[in-house]
Amino acid sequence: MPLIEYRDALNQAFAEEIERDPNVVLIGEEVAQYDGAYKVTRGLWKKFGDKRVVDTPISEAAFIGMGIGASMLGLRPVMELMFWSFATVAYDQIVNNAGQIRYMSGGLINCPIVIRGPANGGTGVGATHSHTPENWLAAIPGLKVVCAATAYDAKGLMKTAIRDNDPVMFMESTLLYGEKWEVPEEEYLIPLGVADVKREGTDISFIGHGRAILTALKAAEVLETEHNISAEVVDIRSIRPLDEEAILNSVRKTHRVVLVDENKPFCGVSAQIASIIQEKCFDDLDAPVGRVCTLDAPAIYSPPVERLQLPTVERILAKALSIL
Amino acid sequence: MSQIAAKTEAGQVDYSKDPINASLPSEEQIRLLRDMVRIRRFEQTALKFYNQSKMAGFLHLYIGQEAVAVGTVSLMGDNDHCITAYRDHGHALAVGMSMNECMAELYGKATGCSKGKGGSMHYFAPDKNYWGGHGIVGGQTPLGLGLAYGLKYKGIKGAALCFLGDGAVNQGCFYESLNMAALFELPVIYIIENNKYSMGTSLERSSVIDKCLAQRAEAFCIEWTQAGGEDISEVRAVTHKAIQRAHETSKPMVIEFDTYRYYGHSVADSKHKGGYRQEEEIERYKREHDPIQIYKNRLVAQKLLTEEQYEAIDAEAKKEAHDAAKFAEESPFPTVDDLFDDVYFEVDRQTEAGRTGRHFFND
Repeated sequence: MPLIEYRDALNQAFAEEIERDPNVVLIGEEVAQYDGAYKVTRGLWKKFGDKRVVDTPISEAAFIGMGIGASMLGLRPVMELMFWSFATVAYDQIVNNAGQIRYMSGGLINCPIVIRGPANGGTGVGATHSHTPENWLAAIPGLKVVCAATAYDAKGLMKTAIRDNDPVMFMESTLLYGEKWEVPEEEYLIPLGVADVKREGTDISFIGHGRAILTALKAAEVLETEHNISAEVVDIRSIRPLDEEAILNSVRKTHRVVLVDENKPFCGVSAQIASIIQEKCFDDLDAPVGRVCTLDAPAIYSPPVERLQLPTVERILAKALSIL
Repeated sequence: MSQIAAKTEAGQVDYSKDPINASLPSEEQIRLLRDMVRIRRFEQTALKFYNQSKMAGFLHLYIGQEAVAVGTVSLMGDNDHCITAYRDHGHALAVGMSMNECMAELYGKATGCSKGKGGSMHYFAPDKNYWGGHGIVGGQTPLGLGLAYGLKYKGIKGAALCFLGDGAVNQGCFYESLNMAALFELPVIYIIENNKYSMGTSLERSSVIDKCLAQRAEAFCIEWTQAGGEDISEVRAVTHKAIQRAHETSKPMVIEFDTYRYYGHSVADSKHKGGYRQEEEIERYKREHDPIQIYKNRLVAQKLLTEEQYEAIDAEAKKEAHDAAKFAEESPFPTVDDLFDDVYFEVDRQTEAGRTGRHFFND
C-alpha cells in the first residue's frame, strides 16, 4: 500500500469526487492557481480547470455564503478556509445559514456543502490563527463536524463528507499535512459517526480526535514499554454524529479513561464525552474520567511554550498514571 | 451610470406606457393590484391577531412597500430566483405562497410553511424559487450571490433577485458580495428597498450618501439605478430591464427603490410614530404615495376597473386573510418530537448515514 501525505490523500479525494459528480466544485482563497496555501489542492486547477477549482478574494463571509446559496440549488461546493480560525468572519453564514436553513424551512431546503481547512494550534501563528473550532460548531444542531487524524481517514471521510447531504465541517491540521500514512489505491469511504480503535488495549482508554490521537498513541507506547500498561486509543473521527457506542465499549473494557483533546477544556469536545461516559457507564468506571486538553488560555505565540500548551505525551502519561 | 430610465421628476415618465406594462392584459394588471391588496390585508389581519397575543416574536410589516415585491416578482421567469430579509411576507405572497401556510407559520402551527419552525422572518418556498426569509440583516446578500453562482455554474439563463433594506447596505458582507458578483460576473440583482429607516434610525443618521445608496455600486464597477417604488409600473419597467440585462450579460446590478413602511421596524417598535419620525410624515405617505391607491386610481382612470370591483377585491382579500387566521387558529401546534425533524437531511430520510452515529444529545 503506498505511503502518501495527508494533504495528498485529501487531494485524491477531491480529484475522485470532482470526476464522479459534476456538481462538486472546490472554492477558496488560492486553491486554484496558487495550488492552495498548504498545497492540499495542488495540481487540481491544472487538471480540472476554472469551473471546478475556483479562486476567491479574501472575503470569507461572501464566498462561504455564496457556496451555501449555490448548495441550495444543488451544487456540492467544497469550500476551503485557509485556516478554520477564519470561520469567525463567516460565522453568520456557517451557523445561521448552513446550520439552520433546513430547519427553518421545515425541511424544504438542504445544504450539501463541505467547509474544510486546518484547525490546529502548534505552529507559532498566534491566537487568531490557532483556534480549534470543532466544539463551537458541533454545538450547532444542523451542522456535522469531522476531524481526521491520518491520511487514510482524511481521504475516506472527505469523500463521504462530499457525498453527504448535510453541511459538514471538516477539520484538518497543518501539522499533519506533510505526514505520511498508508492509503490504498482502490476507492474506499469511511462513514461519518464511526470511531476507529487505533490501538487495542486493556488497562486504560485514551479517547479523542484529530492530532491529539497521535499524541495519545505515543503516550500509549511509553506506557507499554516503561510501565507495562496496555492503553487503548479510540479515535472518534467524527464529532457530530458521534459514535457513542465505541466510546462506551472501550470504557466498559478498560474501566479507566483519559480524554485527550486539543480543544480548550471549558465546553470542549471532551467535556461532552466526559458527560456521556459518567452518565452511561458510571458503574464501569474504576476512576474519575481524566482529561488532557490544550491549556486554558489564548494560544501563545512563543514556540517552546506553545508546544507545552497543547496536550503532550508527558501530560497524558501523568494523568494516566494518576488514575491507574 | 444607469442605462435604464433614470429617476425623473414625478409625472415626467409614464411607466404604464412602458412595453412591459402596456402589453399586460387587463386581468394581469388587476392581478397585480389584487396581489398588493392581499399583502396588505394579510398583514393587517396578522397585526390584529398579534395584538391578541396569537403569535410571538417579531412581526415586520411590509405595508406601504407592496409595489416593490409584487412588481419585481411578477417578472420572474422559471429560472429566476429571489431571496430577501426578515420583512418577507410580501415577497412570500407575491411568489404565490398561500395565506394559510403563511398565517399558520405566524401562529407557530404545524401547518405553517416551515411547520412552525421558522416564524415570521423565515418563510421559504424553493418550489417557487423563493429562498427566504432571512433574519440577520444583510445575511441574505452572500446567499443571493450563491444563487446566481449556481445558475451560472449550471449554465442556466436566470437571475437572482436579492432584496435588502437601506439598513443592510451598511453590512460588510454586502460589499464582499458586490465585489465577487462583479469579479465573477454573476447575474444577481441587488434590490435595495429604501424605506428610509434602518430599524429606528433614519437614513441620514445611518448612511453616508452622495446621490443615493445604489450609487455605492460604482465602487465595484456595477451598473446601478435609483427609481421610485410606489408606482408598480415604474418598478416593473426598471426591473424588467434589469432582469433582461442579467440574462443577456450575466452581470450584476444594483437597483434602489424609494419606498416607505407605514408601521414600525417591527410591531415592537413603539417610537416609529412621533419618535424617530413624525406622524405627519406617515400620513403624507399614505395620502400621496400609497402604492395600492396609485395603481388602483390608474386602473380606474383607464377604465380597467371600477370602484365597486376594487371594493370586491379588497373584501375578498380581507376575507381570505381572516379565513387564514381561522385556519391557523384551528391548526395543531408542532410537538416536542417534531423538534428533531428537519435538522439533518440524512436523519430525516433515515439513510445509512442518518442511522450511523449519534446526531442528537438529549439523553
